[in-house]
Amino acid sequence: MNMIFLGFVVILYLSVIAFLGYRGYKRTKSTSDYLLAGRKIHPMIMAISYGATFISTSAIVGFGGAAAVFGMGVLWLTVLNIFVGIFIAFVFFGLRTRKMGHNLDAHTFPELLGRRFDSQFLQTAGGLLIFLAMPLYAAAIILGGAQFMSTTLAIPYEVSLVVFVGIVAMYVIMGGMRGVMYTDAFQGTVMFVSMTILLVTIYSSTGGIVAAHTKLTALAPQAVKIWGGAGHQGWTAMPVFWSPLWQQLVTTIVLGVGIGVLAQPQLVVRFMTVKSGHELNRAVLAGGVFIMMMTGVAFVVGALANVYFFEQTENIALLAAGKKTDAIIPLFIKDAMPWWFTSLFMITLLAAAMSTLSSQFHSMGSAFGRDFLEKGLKVKIKDSITVNKLAMIAAILFSTLLAFGLPLFYQEGTAIIATGTAIFFGLCASAFLPMFVGALYFKRMSATAALASFWAGIGVSLFALIFIHIKESKPLGLCNLLFGTDTLIPVLQNLDPLIMALPVSVITAVVVTFFSKPPSQRVTDQAFKNIKK
Amino acid sequence: MLGFQDWGVTLAYVGTIVSAVICVVYGIVNWNRPREDEESEINEELEWEKNDPELKEGNI
Repeated sequence: MNMIFLGFVVILYLSVIAFLGYRGYKRTKSTSDYLLAGRKIHPMIMAISYGATFISTSAIVGFGGAAAVFGMGVLWLTVLNIFVGIFIAFVFFGLRTRKMGHNLDAHTFPELLGRRFDSQFLQTAGGLLIFLAMPLYAAAIILGGAQFMSTTLAIPYEVSLVVFVGIVAMYVIMGGMRGVMYTDAFQGTVMFVSMTILLVTIYSSTGGIVAAHTKLTALAPQAVKIWGGAGHQGWTAMPVFWSPLWQQLVTTIVLGVGIGVLAQPQLVVRFMTVKSGHELNRAVLAGGVFIMMMTGVAFVVGALANVYFFEQTENIALLAAGKKTDAIIPLFIKDAMPWWFTSLFMITLLAAAMSTLSSQFHSMGSAFGRDFLEKGLKVKIKDSITVNKLAMIAAILFSTLLAFGLPLFYQEGTAIIATGTAIFFGLCASAFLPMFVGALYFKRMSATAALASFWAGIGVSLFALIFIHIKESKPLGLCNLLFGTDTLIPVLQNLDPLIMALPVSVITAVVVTFFSKPPSQRVTDQAFKNIKK
Repeated sequence: MLGFQDWGVTLAYVGTIVSAVICVVYGIVNWNRPREDEESEINEELEWEKNDPELKEGNI
């Protein structure tokens, strides 16, 4: 790789980021600016920022690598990413969230829920859950970004970690939501251009769309030879129904991540940053195309990498990459793409990590500052923005320390990136999704029901993580320590915790709603003002 | 179809493109909808800015 060219690209990229962060800083004057970008962000910026936050490095490299193993069935996740993560999220959640957020003058996701259910405790508890659980997800992103920077630029891991976190922290703390969204839009654009080039190259180098797929289909015996016992039937076929591979693909990868996106605090808050409903409708257009070009392309490239490597080395992608799933996409880029693209792709991955991390920092900071300290504990320091800035610094330090510590506990550092992401997505969906739907659509839903489903979602999720889902229960070791076995229910050991926790949380919300006092008319009238049935 | 082995993957591939097309069509059709609430919200925002203490104190 040409280091001079890479250095030039990195400096150019960082200069643009610094400029946009500074612009965000100069334009931030109030709490509303700091937390919601003044509620006046352009729909295209909002859409790309939403997409770039949604898509992290692990979505491209981690899940792209997974596609090289599971095959094109992973594209069901892209269908959900677009249809649930963009279309349903914007049209059925976004429009009402924006309107209700406006009616209730809410600045964060927990604040929206707290005000809608007239429960200060809900806001405080929601804020605390985000502050405590999100660092795991943030640490996973930091770990991925820092490891990647460290290998690319040949610098020690600790140095790259500090530099990586430092740059993002700077523009998030100073520029608030404006800084985050302006830089996201730029980072998203870099990602879009890069993935477009990748898509065109992969199909042209493997003989065209149908020819490429046919070549991959012909390689099916290679996949069956290795994973046939677990249910693999080839890279262009779904695994055998209910086989271990099918369960992992459908429950963890497709449903876990696909549905979990609906109740992500860092994404929900973006609905409140645009000034009117039709801007959200416009954002659907850009958002759908953007996500297709991110995970869609990453999964197609991951799966087709098998064709490329088999033609070159007579080995499938996983074996060519030394059995490391996360190494497949980078190796393909290095071997199959022109030299200048390698540098562009590095920047793309850096952009993907930074755009996700910046929103995580912002969400954790506002959850801890605004929801927990300011509204829950009634802490008052100088002014609201200062509280949020200090809380953000605390959240950044917390997740950075976690990122320093994680590799010490868990040698397979890359596996924890995907695990950390999946745990956070599942936990958020189980704790927040039923009450979020209730908040937007069911006036009858009470604060008691919201809180009951919140605790039920967290409780079942944690129980499943510690005692059932073997992927986490085994490394955690608590189940083995107490009961002498890695899982209490072997038949459910491959089922994602979300699949167990979300139904329990939904049922709890419905049942408790019928047995509890309805919320006051005053609050629901205010929340649902100008919202059509 | 499309060189794939089974319908499960074919549907996923086509579904990806169809979902994105739905988003594009929806965005174009609803480009200016809903629009009735914009003015009232701007007024509401101006009212908040006058009364909300948080907005006054937040200087950086």
